[in-house]
Amino acid sequence: MATTKEQEYFSRLVEQLQRMTQRPVKIMEVCGTHTMAIAAAGIRQILPPEVELVSGPGCPVCVTADMDIDAFLDLATREDVTIATYGDMLRVPGTEGSLADIRAQGGRVQVVYSATEALQLARENPDREVVFLAVGFETTAPATAHALTVAQAEKINNFSIFNLHKMVPPALRALLADEETAVDGFILPGHVSAIIGEEPYRFVAEEFGRPGVIAGFEPVEIMAALVQLVTLLNRREARITNLYRHVVRPEGNRTALALLERVFQPANAIWRGLGEIPDSGLKLREELFPYDAEVKFGVTRKPVAKRTACRCGDVLKGLIKPPACPLFARKCTPEQPQGPCMVSAEGTCAAYYHYHRRDSDG
Amino acid sequence: MCLAVPGEIIKIYPDGYQADVNIMGNVKRVSIFLTPEAKVGDRVMVHAGQAISVIEREEAEAIEKLWEELLRHGND
Repeated sequence: MATTKEQEYFSRLVEQLQRMTQRPVKIMEVCGTHTMAIAAAGIRQILPPEVELVSGPGCPVCVTADMDIDAFLDLATREDVTIATYGDMLRVPGTEGSLADIRAQGGRVQVVYSATEALQLARENPDREVVFLAVGFETTAPATAHALTVAQAEKINNFSIFNLHKMVPPALRALLADEETAVDGFILPGHVSAIIGEEPYRFVAEEFGRPGVIAGFEPVEIMAALVQLVTLLNRREARITNLYRHVVRPEGNRTALALLERVFQPANAIWRGLGEIPDSGLKLREELFPYDAEVKFGVTRKPVAKRTACRCGDVLKGLIKPPACPLFARKCTPEQPQGPCMVSAEGTCAAYYHYHRRDSDG
Repeated sequence: MCLAVPGEIIKIYPDGYQADVNIMGNVKRVSIFLTPEAKVGDRVMVHAGQAISVIEREEAEAIEKLWEELLRHGND
């Protein structure tokens, strides 16, 4: 898809990176869509050996905690409930099977492409309780918020959400505060940034002294972000740069932010691998509680004992690469996933499995 | 999950909240609730059935300058 010109710039930027890299640096690509793009373009394989690229917690399906998975699987077994979900969630394994298993046993699970589609399902099936699995970061949450305001206006009372929405900056703060994660700089998520803008990342530079670059998803844009990061690291300059200016305004998307503010409030949330992170979740405001499936159906969460040797949590913190997990490509494959990092199309394990399984850089 | 694809708005529906967007030759109806400034002919980034950002033409055209600058800076 890249134009000849883009390919040319890509090659020049690769050469530039090789010339300018002076010492080992560890850079995290936070976003799962970047992880996929990097794997598909084979970027890890052409980097100078000093530049290490690790994946972060930016795959919403992957960071969903086991107790949340079990809770929505429990909901899915209710006679009166139809689960509306993004396809990515279908095969995420819980303690007892997955949504796909429940569907195979006659449960009502419907794949949708948007929150609006889930709401339409509720309109068309007034005798069913439609529960939308609202997963995703700031990019995705405004669409859920919009669907909820429509449901409220139209008084569609058989619609609710199982709320798994999370925010990226608090997770970055948690990662930076954890000394185990020694990351020198970040490729920041382009489409989360289209919503939140540049400001929410300032603490990365100002409090933790790390540079971050907001980047697009073409190979050339990712390579440009790496050159910018290494330039800043060489100069010992910590600041946030936006290299995705045609899509990301400094102030973000004000309409979306106002909508998020109207519908949600920050709340603690539990992330796989990272644990409970203060104010990293988006809880519904009280007037919308009737649309919260947890409130509506009295969902309770039970602690879940670790079932397998799956190291998805360590992968999400950038501590290991997938081949270092004992299950990777042996017991755990996209056909038989043992953990969400292998299920989601943008999970780091799935990306490694599809694009560079033969590498031994675990 | 945060995948978004660019497309061109070819029609805006009378309610003002929906548009037909040409995404690589396929026309899809998307919500433009989050981009009220979007006009026919604009390019937008579409994520999960919603336009999340109007692509700024001038910035898109300036990106090569940005790359040139990066190529120069590294030579410091």
